[in-house]
Order: sequence, then structure tokens, then C-alpha cells
Amino acid sequence: MKIYEMTLAGLIEARDSKRIKPGEILAAFQTRTEEVEERVRSFLDRPRDLAAEYEDSKNGKFAGIPVALKANMATSKLTTSCGSSILEDYRTPYQSTVADKITGSGGVIAGKTNMDEFAMGSTTEHSAYQVTRNPWNLDHVPGGSSGGSAAAVAAGEVPCALGSDTGGSIRQPAAFCGVVGFKPTYGVVSRYGLAAFASSLDQIGPLTRTVEDAAITLNIISGVDPLDSTSARIDHPDYTGKLDQDIAGMSFGLPSSYLEMDIDEEIRNQVLEAAEKLREAGAEVREIELPPADLALAAYYIIATAEASSNLARYDGVQYGTRQSGDNVRDMFVNTRSFSFGPEVKRRIMLGTFALSSGYQDELYKKALKVRTVIKEKYEKVFSEIDIILGPNSPAPAFKIGEDMDPLDVYYTDIFTVPVNISGFPALSLPAGFSEQGLPLSVQLIGPAFGEVELLQAASGLEKRLDVPTLAALEKGR
Amino acid sequence: MSKKYETVIGLEVHVQLQTESKLFCGCSAAYGAEPNSNTCPICLGLPGTLPMLNKRALRFALQASRAADCQINQFSKFDRKNYFYPDLPKGYQISQYDLPLGYDGRITIETEEGETKEIGLTRIHLEEDAGKLIHAGSVGDSAHSYVDYNRGGVPLIEIVSEPDIRSPEEARAYLNALKQIILYLGISDCNMEEGSLRCDANVSLRTRGDREFGIKAEVKNMNSFRAVERALAYEVKRQEKLLDAGRKVVQETRTWDESRQETVSMRGKEEAEDYRYFPEPDLMPLEISDEFIEEIDDSLPELPLEKKHRFQEQYDLPAYDAGVLTQSRELAKLFEESAGKYDDAKEVSNWLMGEYLRLLKENEVEPGQDELNGEKLAELLELIEDGTISSKIAKEVFEETFVSGKAPGEVVEERGLKQISDEDELAEIVAGIVADNPEVVEDIKGGKDKAIGFLVGQVMQETRGKANPQLANQLIREEIEKH
Ligand SMILES: [Zn+2]
Repeated sequence: MKIYEMTLAGLIEARDSKRIKPGEILAAFQTRTEEVEERVRSFLDRPRDLAAEYEDSKNGKFAGIPVALKANMATSKLTTSCGSSILEDYRTPYQSTVADKITGSGGVIAGKTNMDEFAMGSTTEHSAYQVTRNPWNLDHVPGGSSGGSAAAVAAGEVPCALGSDTGGSIRQPAAFCGVVGFKPTYGVVSRYGLAAFASSLDQIGPLTRTVEDAAITLNIISGVDPLDSTSARIDHPDYTGKLDQDIAGMSFGLPSSYLEMDIDEEIRNQVLEAAEKLREAGAEVREIELPPADLALAAYYIIATAEASSNLARYDGVQYGTRQSGDNVRDMFVNTRSFSFGPEVKRRIMLGTFALSSGYQDELYKKALKVRTVIKEKYEKVFSEIDIILGPNSPAPAFKIGEDMDPLDVYYTDIFTVPVNISGFPALSLPAGFSEQGLPLSVQLIGPAFGEVELLQAASGLEKRLDVPTLAALEKGR
Repeated sequence: MSKKYETVIGLEVHVQLQTESKLFCGCSAAYGAEPNSNTCPICLGLPGTLPMLNKRALRFALQASRAADCQINQFSKFDRKNYFYPDLPKGYQISQYDLPLGYDGRITIETEEGETKEIGLTRIHLEEDAGKLIHAGSVGDSAHSYVDYNRGGVPLIEIVSEPDIRSPEEARAYLNALKQIILYLGISDCNMEEGSLRCDANVSLRTRGDREFGIKAEVKNMNSFRAVERALAYEVKRQEKLLDAGRKVVQETRTWDESRQETVSMRGKEEAEDYRYFPEPDLMPLEISDEFIEEIDDSLPELPLEKKHRFQEQYDLPAYDAGVLTQSRELAKLFEESAGKYDDAKEVSNWLMGEYLRLLKENEVEPGQDELNGEKLAELLELIEDGTISSKIAKEVFEETFVSGKAPGEVVEERGLKQISDEDELAEIVAGIVADNPEVVEDIKGGKDKAIGFLVGQVMQETRGKANPQLANQLIREEIEKH
């Protein structure tokens, strides 16, 4: 097996048993990246020489492991553009907590990955810089908004990447690229240094090739952070703790109403097949009722855009962006923002501003908050009866690049991923197979708040029975 | 005061809290540093940074709320106030909207007539300050402006009064009372020139007897309490004229022009700003326990008005004295220390209100920044009482103690200021002076008794003030008898 084909767990094991050196790991992934990056285009910025970034002194768990970070996470070295031209070449004078944790345990930041501008989008085509391609089929998108991170992992450019998930932005690209994408419970991973899209929904999580790798990465990046008031004040367990435990006896809920919605036939079958595998493994699978997904979707698009309209107000031409002149300061703001933001970002800022405006706030924003509370309560009730929810992730496999879609249809594709952002619960996208076209298919597993350990246990159990390849070959000439 | 109209004033006061660091980051909150030196990624609002609440600022705000008799919202939160301005690095200000820390409070003021009156407080909330713009040239025509973010993120409390104030004088009394309370709490220096206390006013008039409020104007940019009083007086007159002429007051923001001593409309047509308030998702809601409120209550010092009343009772002081002595917490403390060691509280009060305040002013210092303490003042008063020094000499000693902190007894000893009470020594001097002034002696003998003062003065001059004046007077009379 080539080094870049190894999983994170495999690399750590080989390094610890002195079969490979950190420098060799870094060199191998550098070579692989140079081979495939021209076709995949995952990265917006990366160091020239990965091995040179490694510090011998740092002998932690991640010593010599290259980790790709989404371009909305502050790092002391590379640019943090958030996929936006308003932050072109922007370098932060501070580092995000997750980047600190990665480098602090010996990991090397392998680059900043492409994304939809300010994490708004489902294809990574809304990046101001480049189009990233799906490593399984270069004519298709990698999903979004963490498309660069998902593609980098699927292409073997890194064994592990971080993404951010506000409404599915880790899980959907993980599904499109056939890798594991994990959004932990809100508050498990510090948001300090993550350029905010929607603060009450944003959560950082890993994209990896296996469930075990996701758990290992979560062990590194999770933790209470005094710099983030919303980071959960909990005792963090060993997230790999129950990976080897049997799932027999666990109970899974299958939201049958979700499967009756407008959803790709192959994906529906994949979910049902996964349910069958769980039963075979001795787990119980029963039908459950979840709150209507369209309600969660509506609440999500109000809350997320409302917060975004405020979070993105700072990009006004005073501190950032190519300042556009105007007759007065107000015109300067308007001209700069009009010039520098892309259409999707503008659309959401306008939606959010509207949702918060006096006269509309009660009907939109405040009502959405109420819906959010109701959804959370309903999910909690479901979790008093079962351990884990099994369901679809994206309603369809990866779209074609450049497909002309109505924005509302694109928003609809978030329908199965947003409820857990609304409720804060952890959820994982697990590769489940391939479509007839050869595109990855996936299922989603959802756990109760801070139920990461059991969720990872369930995912690992199902993963073993599905046994799906997660590395795209990307042979030359394709 | 107009007979026809009643003045209705409500004040919004912003007070900068004197914490070491800013409200949501570790930067120094000190005034006067090099522009943009007290900044960090958090208070500059750089992408991805998050606020962390300064617990001390919360404590200060709660102390202010409780000192002003406010109820506390035990479930409180921060909200974002969204608007674009170059001095606002995040494009929103972290403030409090519908659940302020304190609500429904009151401040007691004393009117000119000496009566007490309660001014209701709608709310007290905690928020961050914005930065400061410095324009190259005038605001209107400068080609560019500079931004100093040092002030950005400094903790503020906003104190909103009910429209209970009925005259510009009452407004000033309210501000004085509020400032005094805050100084007593030690949570701000309330320096208006440095902007640590800012005041905006809402003013309207209504026909006496009306229940409905008139249309109000908001007045800004008043840089001293005197300016507030004057601006309000101007505004009342202006509105009176409008109403008398059958015209309407326009609801608008007006700025006080100090040089022209008038209020000027700031904007022709004002668009009502929509701040799109919503809960700050980067901070957890505040839960304030009963125990915490109790602890805050226990931490409150005796407040100015309470203290004043106690001084009147306990030390039998006139209201005026008690008022002056409780102006500042330090002065009141000095008084109590002195009065605890010297029986005649009124005498202590006289010295503090007279010599002490004079020296403070002359040396441009605040109570507490001088070298006097209660023990030393009591010692000085004892020296006067037992005749060691005259009151006149005592002033000299007082000044020395005020400046150097030397004990009065020591000063008297060092400078040889002891009163001459020795009869023989003084009689000798008196004899000489009587002999040198035969005409005056004649005048006195002729019934011009007042002339004796001249001779006493001569004795004092000769002894450089050290003679016991009563004794000198007695000895002069005896000496004249002999002639
Ligand atoms: Zn700061």
C-alpha cells in the first residue's frame, strides 16, 4: 500500500512502530497532491514544502500528519480568504483554536481548501477563486461548502481535513465525495478563529476516510475553549472509546416520511439496505416520526441568513476588501460590498436583513426561533426512544459542474442536513456505495446531544458491514 | 418657568466603566494611549474572533443597577445592534435590548427648594463602546478620516431615565446625584471631558394639565453638566416660542453648539434607523442568581443621600454641611475619621469645608490625594483648643500637614509656633508697645476702646502671631491702667 493510500489510523500506527517517519508521510502526500491537484483543485493556498513545515519538537499524536483546513479557519501562515474576493490574500494575525490544536499535536497544515464564499453554497462553485472537481468524476461538483476539504480527502491529498457545517456543509460534500464527514454537537469543537457564517449553527468537524479516523481527529480538535463562550463546558470522553464495541442491541430509528419525499431512488435504496445491514448485525431498526423537514428547512434559512447578515457586516471596506470609492462613507460601504460579494452571499445577506427588519422580525426571525425550539424538543423525544437515527443525507448524488439550478431547488437539497444544525445534535455522513453512474452514495446517522461516542460506535459498526472504498484512484489520462 | 407649559425631560446617560480591560477582550481600557495601541483581533472584530465577557464589568453594572434601586433581570442576554459606521469594526455593537440587566430603578434628587424628588429609571444595560473617528479637516469636507479603535469595546452602562425631570435645573441635579453615586461605587471617574460620562436628552413641552406628552427633540453633544442645563434651557425656550406661534415641534436630533450657545438641527430629514436587534449568538445568556444579587447588595457602600442624612442625625450637622461633606466618599471618610477623634463635629466640618476645600482647589487635587488624615486634623484641633496655637497659626500648620503629611505637633515644634501664654514674657512685650504708642493710649483712655485692637495687632506682629490674643488684650488693659 502506498503511503497516501493509508488511513489516518494506519499512518499513526506505522509511524509509532517506526516503519515510516513523519518526513516520509509528508513527502508522500506532497507528491500525491502535486500529481492530482491540477485536476481536483482542492486548495486555495498551501505550503510549498510540507516536510519543511514539520517541527521535530512536536511529538504528538499528529506528528507528521498533513491536515487540510477549510479556508474559513484562521491559520498563522496561509491565507484565510473564506473563498471570497473581499478577503483576497487575507492573513490573520492570530490562529484558530483548531489550527493550534492540530499544529500543537505535531500535525502540519497542508493547505487551505476551497469553499463556497463564506460557506454559502452546496457545490463550492460559489468560490470567488476556482472550481473544485469531484475526485470520483471530474465533471461533477464535490459538494459544498466544504468541497475542497472533501475532495482533498477523497483524492488522497491528505488523510484528514477539517470543514465547517452550518446546514450540512461537512456532511453533504462528504456524501458527494464518498468520505466520512462528521458534524459534532454544537460546542464540542471551538469556533474561535472560524470566520462566522451563522454563529449559532456553525460547527467544525473532520472529513476523513474512515469513522475511526474521524474519532481520532475529534480527540485532537475537541475541547473546552475559554476563547469561545459557546464551547460546551463538558468533560470530553475518548471519542474512539467504543469503536470496537458491537452494535447488536442498539436501536435505530428510520424516519419513513423522509424516504417518501422527493429523493433519488438509489439513495432511498441505499438507506434501506443500510437498515437491513443493521438488522443483520443484531441491531433493532424501527420506524420513527420526525418533525416535518420542510419546517426545519424554512427555520434554518431564516436563522442562518439573519445571523449571516450581521456576521458579514464587518466586511465593509474599512478594514477589508478592495475599497470602492463613493461620495460619502455610506456610498463607499455600498459600492465595496456590491463589488466584492458574490451573488449567493448578497442573496443571503438580503434575506437575513429582511428577516430581522422591524415589522417582519416577529413573523420571520422570532417565529423561526420558536420552530427551532419545537424541533429540538421533538428530536429529544425521539432520542428517548431510540439510540441513533438512520436516514438520507443529500437527496441526490453529486450534481454536474455548471448545472443551472434555481436557488430554491439548491436550498432544498439541504433538507435532510439542516435539522441537526437547528437542534445542535451530532450527525455523520457515511459512505454507503455508488450509483450506477459511479458517484458516491451515503447515509446519515444522527445521535443525541453529546452522544458522539455512541454515534461513532454505530457508524463504525455499519461501516464494517458496508465496506465501501473511500479513495478515488484518479488515474492519469482521465 | 413658563406658566403655560410643563417641561418634560428624560436623560440617557452613558458611563464608561473603569475596568482594567475591555468588555469582551483583554485589551487595556485606559484612556489616552497611542491611537490603536489598545487593540487586538477581538476588539477589532477580525473574522473568527469571539467575545469573552469581562466579569468585572458585569459586576460593576450590577452594582450601579442595585445602587439605583433597579430590579435585576435574572435571565438576561446580550443583543446585537446592527448598523454601519467606520468606528464600529464588526458592523454591530454588542448591547442589550429587551432584557437589560437592571430595570425600574430610581434616583433621589434634591430640588432647589430643598425637597427630595424621585426620578424613575427605565433601565440600565451593559454594552461596548465604539471607536473614535478623527477627521482630516471638518466632518463635512474632509477627504478622509482616521479611526482609533482604542475606545472600541470599552465597557459602558447606559442609564435611561423616565421622563420624570421637569426642569433643566432638575436635570442637572439628577446628573449630579447619578455621578455622585457612581463615584461612590468607584466604577467610573465620570469625566465628561474624556467622554467617560456622556449625556443625551429628550425634551418636550406639554400644556399644563395635559396627560399626553408633546413631541420631543433629542439633544446631543453636551460636554458638561452646565452645558446640559444651558442646552435644555435653550431648548425649552425654543419649543415654547414654536408652540406659542402655533407651530409644531419637529421630532429630530439636535446638537448643542457650545460656542453659539444654541441647539442646531443635525439632519434635515431623519430616517428612522432600524437596528435589527437580535440575540448575540456568540455569548451565552446571563443567569444571575439570587446569591449573586445578594452579594452585590452587600458590597454596596453607604450611598451619598443616606450618608448625608446620617451625618445630620449622628453629628448634628446642618443639612448644608452634611451635603458638602458627602459630595465625595473620600471627604466623608475624612470627616468621620476626624469627628471620631475630636468631639466638636461642627468644628471639624468648618475646617474641612473651609481650609480643606480651599487647599484642594488650589492644589488641583481630589480628596484622598492629599496628606491629611483624620488623626492629624483632630490633633490640630486639640492644639487650638488647649491654646497651644491660635486659629490663625493653625491655618499655617494645616497647610503644611496637607502638603507634607507632617503631624501638626511636629510642625508647631519645628517652626516654633507655640503661642506665648507666659504672662511675664508677654507683659514685657506689651509694656514696650504701650510705651511706644502714647497717642493710642490716650485715645483709649479717652473712651475709644476700639483702639485697643491696634495695640493687640502690634503685639501679634511683634510675636509673629504667637501671642495668645486674649492674654495680650488683658495685659494691655492692665498696662494702660498703670499709666
Ligand atoms: Zn482587544
